[in-house]
Amino acid sequence: MLIANIVGLATIALIIWWFWLYKPKAKSALKTDVEVIVKDGVYSPALINVPAGKPIQVRFTRFDESPCAEMLLIPELEISEQLLVNKETEIVLPALTSGEYKFHCQMNMYKGLIRAI
Amino acid sequence: MKNKEPSQQLIIEGAGCASCVGKIESAIQSTAGVVSAEMNFADRTVMVSGTAHASELIRAVESAGYNAKLLDNAKADQILDEKEAADWEYYKKLLRDTFIALSLGIPLMIYGLFIGEMTVVTTTERISWLIVGIATLGVMYFSGKHFYVGAWNSFKNHSANMDTLIAVGTGTAWIYSMVVVLSPDVLPLMARHVYFEATAMIIGLINLGLALELKARGKTSQAIKRLIGLQAKTAIVIRDNKEVEIGIEQVLENDVVKVKPGQKVPVDGEVVDGHTAIDESMLTGEPIPVEKNVSDQVVAGTLNKSGLILFRATRVGKDTALAQIINMVKKAQNSKPPIGRLADSISAYFVPAVMIISVLSALAWLNLGPEPAIAFATVSATTVLIIACPCALGLATPMSVMVGVGKAAEAGVLIRNGEALQTASKVTAMILDKTGTITEGAPKVTDIVLANATDEKSVLQLAASLENGSEHPLAEAILESAALKKIELLKIQSFKAITGQGVKARCEGKSLLFGNAKLMAEEDVDLTGFTGRAQSLAKEAKTPMYFAIDGELAAIIAVADPIKHDSISAIKRLQANGIKVIMLTGDNRETAAAVALKVGISEFYAEVLPEDKASKVKELQNLGEIVGMTGDGINDAPALALADVGFAIGTGTDVAIESADVTLMRGSLHGLADAIAVSKATLKNIKQNLFGAFIYNIAGIPVAAGVLYPVFGILLSPVIAGAAMAFSSLTVVSNANRLRLFKTRES
Ligand SMILES: [Cu+2]
Repeated sequence: MLIANIVGLATIALIIWWFWLYKPKAKSALKTDVEVIVKDGVYSPALINVPAGKPIQVRFTRFDESPCAEMLLIPELEISEQLLVNKETEIVLPALTSGEYKFHCQMNMYKGLIRAI
Repeated sequence: MKNKEPSQQLIIEGAGCASCVGKIESAIQSTAGVVSAEMNFADRTVMVSGTAHASELIRAVESAGYNAKLLDNAKADQILDEKEAADWEYYKKLLRDTFIALSLGIPLMIYGLFIGEMTVVTTTERISWLIVGIATLGVMYFSGKHFYVGAWNSFKNHSANMDTLIAVGTGTAWIYSMVVVLSPDVLPLMARHVYFEATAMIIGLINLGLALELKARGKTSQAIKRLIGLQAKTAIVIRDNKEVEIGIEQVLENDVVKVKPGQKVPVDGEVVDGHTAIDESMLTGEPIPVEKNVSDQVVAGTLNKSGLILFRATRVGKDTALAQIINMVKKAQNSKPPIGRLADSISAYFVPAVMIISVLSALAWLNLGPEPAIAFATVSATTVLIIACPCALGLATPMSVMVGVGKAAEAGVLIRNGEALQTASKVTAMILDKTGTITEGAPKVTDIVLANATDEKSVLQLAASLENGSEHPLAEAILESAALKKIELLKIQSFKAITGQGVKARCEGKSLLFGNAKLMAEEDVDLTGFTGRAQSLAKEAKTPMYFAIDGELAAIIAVADPIKHDSISAIKRLQANGIKVIMLTGDNRETAAAVALKVGISEFYAEVLPEDKASKVKELQNLGEIVGMTGDGINDAPALALADVGFAIGTGTDVAIESADVTLMRGSLHGLADAIAVSKATLKNIKQNLFGAFIYNIAGIPVAAGVLYPVFGILLSPVIAGAAMAFSSLTVVSNANRLRLFKTRES
């Protein structure tokens, strides 16, 4: 019983750390032309670093048939775009001021972040 | 997907002669990455294959002295067709998955309910349940793979979604059952119970829910489908003195386009020949066809009813008003009103929180629960995970906004985004500009009261001649009235305009005076016996002007800006909704009072300068009102911008789409009442959806965790949770679809 309780509490701690406390590090270098694959419930990469002050092209290719993946929204930039299945959809972002811009699907289940540096 | 040699099509502008073809082709061919370039001179397009980027190709064409644009193959209706085809494929796949999962789950459930206990004691039982367990794994692979892959991918990304919950929930049930089968000895006898049927049923039901939801979702985009369907597919243009039929995306600016009766106008333009009546109702909601003559504007998507016209294309492709409207409605449909952001921020933390609750509930059962505690713990943990799926919560807002914005567009009301939609539903005070908003905005001659003159026609002739060339807005009314009666204008000598009073001139030896009472007084014209008449005209919201010949009053000409035929009923609709209606105008107090009285507005402000309109908005806001401002856009711009919601009245031909929060495509104020009615209905719908989704989770999670068990002995079965979960989002989508039945007009 003691073991079960310890395992349970450890699981809770793990959930909190993995989903809430962990801060992802950016892997990509600064690029003005980014490719994002939409597949199996996620955007990859989900964290995009881009230079501030320059127009950016983000090319989304959706391989995910789920209707959740259909719309791409970038609320701060008032962008909403339909992504076609198995096709590339190019989205041109205006020159961004440095900061973070979230992007997500219509239901906010697929999530990503553009970081303008 | 990319072909080996991708091809793109460019539209060339400025290629007037066939000899340009070679020049353009070689310019493109010399670009790096181009494999071939072939120009079709008839429709001015070049098909280029190769890997060169479109911007490089355009630059190459420009350096050869022409202009080029990329022809967008992804036309709106094509996108829609592809989307529908993709949705249909996915729908079939989901149904297949449902079938596979339920054909294992249902027999197992029936067996468990009516025939046998699902316990594992004997070796025979163990072997047969092992086979069932492997079959369940097959179901998980064939029908539920997408949940597990999705869950794993989002887990790697440190995020969690509904896939996570379904995967962990069904996974827990299956692993527990397999432990029972493979090594029953680690568990007490009472806990040797398998839950394979739960795993199979949950996967089946959730797939079924997704399929039904997909079907219902299709209906929410009907408004966009309808708008896209308005576009013509081809156009007849005249090039090199020949008529050619080409796709609308190939029509260039300044092309001369021919439209026969019964055809749709393919692009926006200006009529250069012919006259006709055009039905613009699909865009503006205005049922009466509009007469079009030379130099009138025509809009893409409207229907030519009677005559043959030629027009010069002024806006093509994605610049046409219709294309912009479609684009804007799409954008607005996917934007979220502030009310939806709450749900978003909740769902961001929701899934991990549910996982924690699930672990806590398992621990509670283990520590405090009756025997077999471990079985109860597994069931409650699984049920919590399955019932807490946040899908319905995520759908609640977008589905309603989608239908509401589309519904408004069908009524000729363009709502810019979700925020405007939400604020419009809360407007408490509505400011209406008078001229052009309540009234037609085009003054007309209403009365000619003869004094000394005997002939109305000659009075009008002299007055019109006098006003010819005057800048005054009322002059236009008199000129138009003369033109309507086909009166020829006379030559005028020694014309003099007196600011704020009127004009003075000589014509055919007579001295003429035309203006207000002040002018008459200054020139000693006797108005005795007519001031009463002038006052009664003013009370009817008409502006009386005196006309004197040789120092004697000849006639009073009254000009008025007529009230739109449906302004009164529209204002009543607003007031019936509890909205305080206020009129603002730059016009004089008497006219303003008369108009206000006629349309039933008790609060009005006259002689207001444009900048003072904005301060009036501010004043009302300071009183705590949520202020809507309606104007025709030009002189009202500062007030429109300052108001909580700016409603711009634009007609189909001059929609200033991006500027206003809400654009009414037809002149009628009923559009305003419609906009508010739709926004209220949409907000109500969103609240119903959010309430449903929240209640479902808030009430569902504790029941699943087992709070009712100690008192009532109720513990939710994971299968019930799966069914409820599957139908919760279907309920939300169906409720949003109810909005489609909402009637916007009272009539
Ligand atoms: Cu979803």
